[in-house]
Order: sequence, then C-alpha cells, then structure tokens
Amino acid sequence: MIDFQNVSFAYEKGDPVIDGISFTIPSGESVGLIGANGAGKSTVMKLLLGLLQGEGTIRVGGTPVIKENLAKIRAGLGFVMQNSDNQMFMPTVYEDMIFAPLNYGLSREDADLRVDRVLTQLGLEKLKYRHNHKLSGGEKRMAAIATILAMEPQVILMDEPSSALDPRNRRIVINLIRSLGQTKLIASHDLDMILDTCSRVILLSEGRIAADGPAEEILRNRELLEANRLELPLSLSPR
Amino acid sequence: MNKMEKALSELSGMDRLAEQDSPLHRIHPSAKLLSTVLYVIVTVSFSKYDLSGLFPMILWPLLLFQISGITLRSCFYRLRIVLPLVMAVGLFNPFFDRTPVLKIGAFTVTGGMISMLTLMLKGVYCLMASYLLMATTGIDQLCAALRKMHFPRMLVTLLLLTYRYVGVMTEELAVMTDAYQLRAPGQKGIHISAWGSFQGQLLLRSMDRAQELYSSMLLRGYHEHFHYADVSPFHWTDLLYIAGSAAVFFFFRYFNTARLIGTFFVR
Ligand SMILES: Nc1ncnc2c1ncn2[C@@H]1O[C@H](COP(=O)(O)OP(=O)(O)OP(=O)(O)O)[C@@H](O)[C@H]1O
Ligand SMILES: [Mg+2]
Repeated sequence: MIDFQNVSFAYEKGDPVIDGISFTIPSGESVGLIGANGAGKSTVMKLLLGLLQGEGTIRVGGTPVIKENLAKIRAGLGFVMQNSDNQMFMPTVYEDMIFAPLNYGLSREDADLRVDRVLTQLGLEKLKYRHNHKLSGGEKRMAAIATILAMEPQVILMDEPSSALDPRNRRIVINLIRSLGQTKLIASHDLDMILDTCSRVILLSEGRIAADGPAEEILRNRELLEANRLELPLSLSPR
Repeated sequence: MNKMEKALSELSGMDRLAEQDSPLHRIHPSAKLLSTVLYVIVTVSFSKYDLSGLFPMILWPLLLFQISGITLRSCFYRLRIVLPLVMAVGLFNPFFDRTPVLKIGAFTVTGGMISMLTLMLKGVYCLMASYLLMATTGIDQLCAALRKMHFPRMLVTLLLLTYRYVGVMTEELAVMTDAYQLRAPGQKGIHISAWGSFQGQLLLRSMDRAQELYSSMLLRGYHEHFHYADVSPFHWTDLLYIAGSAAVFFFFRYFNTARLIGTFFVR
C-alpha cells in the first residue's frame, strides 16, 4: 500500500534530513514511527503526502507520489497534523468536518450524516457548533481527528495524535485507532500508545532507519531504544 | 490580549454577528451587497460642499441598525482602529481651501472646513454601511453571493482567505505578545528595540501558519474553489429591498431633504 524506495530529502541545501530510507507497509497494517525529536518523522509523512518532494520513489497503492497524481492520492490519505491549530481553518468544527466531503463530491445531506456519525463515534457531539479558535488544546486535537475521519480515507497518518490529550481522550483515541481497519502510520513519542495500537514499529534516527520490526520486539529492546534517545514504554519497564 | 489585538480580533470576528436573526439578516446577500454598493456610490457622489444634502443620508444606516437589532455603539466600538484613519483624510482641507462661505459673527467658515466635514461624514457613512453588510451577512454568504454574481473566482477566494488571514495573524500576535510580556514584566507594550525582530517574526510565523493551513486545505481536496455556503433563492422581497433602497438614495441625492424639511417649518 505504502512503499518508500531509497528516499532522501534535505531542506534547502542543508544536510539530508531523510537519508535513503526504504520500507513497505502492506494494506491494513498499523505501523508506529518512532524516533527522537528531529529524527525526521514529520518529514516522512510530508513526503508521503507530496507536501515535500525528495529523491527516490514513493508509491501509494502502486501510484507514484508525483505532482500529476497528487489529487488522486490525497483523496485516500487522511493526515492528522502535529499542530492542530494549523489543521483547522474553518470557523466551526462542523464546517471544518464538512469541508473535505463536499470537496470530494458528497451531497450536503450525506456529508451531514457522516459528520454526525463521526462525532458520535468520538463522543464529541457537544463540539459540533463550537468555534475552532475557542477550543482547548485537547478538544482541538480531537476535532482535528474528527475532520480526518469524516474524509473516510484508506490510509490514516497521524503525527503525535495523543499529545495534549487527557487520559480519557487518549484512551478513546487508542481504542479508535485499534478499531479502524485502514492502513495506519502513526508517529509518536507515546510508546505505550504505539505498543497498544501498532503491530510493527519503524525506528528513525537522524534520517535513517535504525530498526524495523514487530512492535513487541523493538519496544522491549532497552539498549536499542536508549541508543536512540528513547526509553522503554512504561508498561514494559521493570519497577 | 492587549488593546490592538483585541480590536483586531473583534474586527475579524465581526461576521459572527451574522448568526443572529432579523428581517435584515434574512434579506438575500446579493440584494444587501447591491444596495450597499449603491449607497456608497451615491454617498461619494455628493459634492464636497454639499454638507446639508449629505446629512439625511445617515437616516438609511440608522434605520437598518434599528431593524437588524445591531447597535450603533458596537459598530463604532469595533471600528475604533479604522475610524481615525477615515477621519484623518480631510484634515488638511481647511489649510488649503480658505475661501470664505459663511460668516457667523467674527468667525468665518471657509470652504475647506465644509469640505473636511463632508469628507469625514462620507467616510463614516460608508464604514457604517459596510459594517452593516458584514454584520448581517457574514463573509461566507457574502463570498457566495459574489460568486453567484460571477465575480472572478480568484478575487473572491482571495477576499475570503485575506479575511481569515487577519484572524491567523491576530492569533500569532497574541501568542507572541504574551510570550514577550511574560519575560518582560512591568513593561508597557513592546520595547522599541524589539520592534524589528518582532515584526519579522510575526510575518514569518503567520506566513508559516498560512502555508500549513493551505496544505491542510489541499490535503482535504481543495482545488481553487470553495463550496460556499448555500445561498437561498432570490425572493420578491429582496427585489423590493433593492428597489426601495435605491429610491430612497436617489431621493436624498436629488432633493435636498434637509432644506425641504427646513422650508416646511419656516412656512
Ligand atoms: N521547514 C524546515 N526547514 C528547515 N529544516 C526543517 C524544517 N522542518 C524541519 N526541519 C528539520 O528537519 C529535521 C527533521 O524534522 P521533523 O520535523 O521531521 O522531526 P520529527 O521527527 O517530526 O521531530 P519531533 O519529534 O520533534 O516532531 C529537524 O532537524 C528539523 O530541524
Ligand atoms: Mg514531528
């Protein structure tokens, strides 16, 4: 479904931020993308979305991510941004949620139904007509996730979905991620969440893949994690 | 929030008033737009010495304020940062144009004074009319109406995004001033030595955010046209509104109403 072959990228003639990475994610798999601050997680996502162009080839569902295919590819990708402030641009949550469905040709009635379904699924009915700029940080994050679910994408990309969330909302998001059948790529420092939601983990370090394998295995490997400025997930650390 | 931000954010949030309901809110956006444009044209067309002719033009916006339930106070309060600019336009007229037109005792009223007042009034009237339009219609409806009237898509999108951009910039400004004040307690405003970097940062940050917001739009299927709000169909009352307001404007324009009323009483 997602295929990176020897992909490199540098912001404005600096050192490469992504340095020749290759991996393949089959349809339906949940993959956690972990790594220290600045390791290149967000950059990988932006490359996949075609927001940045690097070297090498990236394919989504067999279609190369190049300018001509962007509209088609993006219709199937839902991206929850690291900063929700930058994601929501309409005045209210409802208008933001309905934006993508309308653009993809749904009638207003169908789009309305979809919005209500997603809001109920997330337990966010109260937020529907709230103004985006007046939401709390965590509410904004939940609303941003809702806007993406309203797109019904085939692939879901999440950049730090659990940051800013209280334990209850974090749990809701974790359960949600587990219940979604789509292909998922989740970048996070919340290794407990990754352990709960992903079967596989890709560990990035300075733009290279330091490890790629079953989540249980990598997240239990204390030496590997510490060598890459990470720690064992709480649920796996000895007391 | 400091004063400037507060004023700016109120300005950008002005179309939230449009969520209220009144007979004026229910008029078709295109009708209100046309009528407002007409009002502005007629107001501007008064000669620069025709102060008495211009006076009655204020009756129209006053009437609309009454009907819409929007207060005149809120208008001047929200527009307080633009108002001085509009007022300043005619400020130098009294110095250039010293032809006497009227003598009241020892005091000579010059042409320049009259034209200054006329200009100021024109500015204030137009502001009031635009405020009413925004406050009863809302930016989305307004843009939808412009599109329906076949305004170029580029311009309408630009208008909509600029309006939103003011909001983004205000938010960044608020975050930055808060961050500044927390590390410079007891200072009033921002010290002049920090102005340069402050402005630069503000521009960069709001541009970055605008860029990210734009990506977010692209990722959700936006290609250069918005699905504007649904505009209700044109009703005969909307036509009546246009015709009625046009009649009133032209009456004020071609008959000096103030003088008419004056002669009425003198007789
Ligand atoms: N717009 C940009 N211009 C230049 N360099 C950038 C830009 N954005 C990110 N970088 C650099 O690229 C590197 C990778 O950044 P990226 O945002 O992908 O990291 P990340 O793994 O998502 O980190 P975090 O966990 O902090 O979110 C960092 O060293 C960062 O400084
Ligand atoms: Mg990141």
